Amino acid sequence: MGLPSGTFSQSYAQDMAIFRTKAQWIILLAFLAFLFTCPLYFSDRILTIMTIIGITVISVLGLNILTGYCNQISIGHAGFMAVGAYTSGILCAKLGWSFWAALPAAALMAGIVGILFGLPSLKLKGFYLIMATIAAHFIIIWFILQFYTVTGGGDGLAVPRPEIGGFVLKSKGSYFYLVMIIACLATFVAKNIVRTRAGRAFIAIRDNELAAEVMGVNLWAYKLMAFFIGCVFAGVAGSLLVHYVAFATVDQFPFMNSVWYLGMLIIGGMGSTAGAIFGVVSLKLLDELVIIVGPILSAVVAPQAAASLGLIMRGLVIILFLIFEPRGLAHRWQMVKAYFQLWPFSH
Amino acid sequence: MTFFLQLVISGFALGMVYALIAIGFVIILKCSKAFNIAQGHFVMIGGYLGFTFLVTFHLPVWASLLAAIAVAIIMGLLIERFTLRPLVGQPVLAVIMMTIALATVLEGLATLIWGGEYKAYHGVLPTITLKIGELSIPSEMLIGIMVSIVAVAILMLLFHYTKSGLAMRATAEDEQVVQSAGIKVTTVYALSWVIACVVGVIGGIILGGVSGVMIPMAMVGLKAFAVVLLGGINSIGGAIVAGIMLGVLENVAAGYLDPLLPAGGGLANVFPFIVIIIVLIFRPYGLFGLAEIERI
Repeated sequence: MGLPSGTFSQSYAQDMAIFRTKAQWIILLAFLAFLFTCPLYFSDRILTIMTIIGITVISVLGLNILTGYCNQISIGHAGFMAVGAYTSGILCAKLGWSFWAALPAAALMAGIVGILFGLPSLKLKGFYLIMATIAAHFIIIWFILQFYTVTGGGDGLAVPRPEIGGFVLKSKGSYFYLVMIIACLATFVAKNIVRTRAGRAFIAIRDNELAAEVMGVNLWAYKLMAFFIGCVFAGVAGSLLVHYVAFATVDQFPFMNSVWYLGMLIIGGMGSTAGAIFGVVSLKLLDELVIIVGPILSAVVAPQAAASLGLIMRGLVIILFLIFEPRGLAHRWQMVKAYFQLWPFSH
Repeated sequence: MTFFLQLVISGFALGMVYALIAIGFVIILKCSKAFNIAQGHFVMIGGYLGFTFLVTFHLPVWASLLAAIAVAIIMGLLIERFTLRPLVGQPVLAVIMMTIALATVLEGLATLIWGGEYKAYHGVLPTITLKIGELSIPSEMLIGIMVSIVAVAILMLLFHYTKSGLAMRATAEDEQVVQSAGIKVTTVYALSWVIACVVGVIGGIILGGVSGVMIPMAMVGLKAFAVVLLGGINSIGGAIVAGIMLGVLENVAAGYLDPLLPAGGGLANVFPFIVIIIVLIFRPYGLFGLAEIERI
């Protein structure tokens, strides 16, 4: 599917390969080369945007495994990010751990909490499961606020920047590299997890739970595994976020973020790694557009209304997009790709 | 004992409002199969409308209610016609995304029109504090209980004894069959969004009278969702029972447990969610919902 004509598979390895043609490899390498030289030609402001996009991509890739592949819709992903964020924040700030030890610990902790809230998923389906994950978000945030002696509660928690052998990743550029390396690794892992036995089990569960069970897929184990993997990604993203801002508060993980992560997945297209990345990048860029255009609009319409006009504009752009392209960006991308593969013929 | 009864009564009032908002949720859930994220935002808009009509325009309570309902009807019709009708026949996820976008637009509009500030209108409602023994029921709550009981009763009558109610229930069962029976599904959709908006706005005015309005009030929509699931998606009666239950539980828990907690509590905001997780583990289809039978 979607290959240029004349590409044939002569072995199983070839058939399974993600990158099939030389052109794809060249595009990938060119993209990576561009990505890792970004600090050379972009200002700190753009690097900040790209770093945040990278962190969000990590989180949404996890959600994509959980929701897009295993069909366990979660509107509590920001809560699981908060678990990872606070775990590594507390380990670094209060117990003096190094960031490199705290990051896996944060991932593990988020995964375990994910399993805990995934436990009802064997019995709950659809809206009932959405409710359980919404509940997870609020319960997690409430716990963080209650245990203020450890977490700092409403006052927040100052978190140190990571360091490598005495070199502190203080500049925007150095942290950009850290985030991008982890984001690339996360993309690699996410893309490959769904090609393993577990990934095929997730897809079977998504397509028909009952049929999957009859075929011998252990629903209980694989659903919990999906929750674990999805939340590990969230934990890593949360940890990276607070170490970047050098401060952790619950305000960094509002409920609407949980909703927007799902929104990014819907816009990008569920159940596709590229879709998750597309969704994050396009919605984050829309936010930036709103930040740039909002003040200009408000100067024309109403001087003190920049924030509200931004919100309205963001909503309207998405409404218009949905009316004209309800199947998401990934669908449009497939059509564009198909067009160029067949060009100059129409089919 | 008085303290307990006081908590139960205010919980009951709160629960009736939850039930009212929950009905709006159930209706959208049934007709579009979509989870309406913007339901809480209708409530928030309702609270601000209440402020505008009661404080800014100095209208009496009944006129404010009617004016707010009129605005809600127009809002519902506009929302359905311009955002949801183009999505008929598209995946449910697109509809959910549309409600997320709607929520954003409504939040932006509220900030634009009312400045996004905390507004309260305790004093403007007539003071008819009811006293039963040592219990006193403040007028806001009394009006709230009365209005929500009347609204719920009207809705029940509408669903069970009118043609459009029948059409709505039938559409929830099977859209295609209804279409082939000659019922206009788009009208039913428009009606259900109007009802969702109206109950949201009424709930918003009542809640605004009790505790004031601000943007985060939109989170009430989630509690209404908890109520819907606790009662079971298929049951409007269940939503009412569950609403009152959650309202009372939340209030009693906050009243007794908050002082014991380290950071001063805030239990009222999470308690419904803790209850719902526990209940759903034991009764996955809510208290009164029908279990779905699955076939391959």
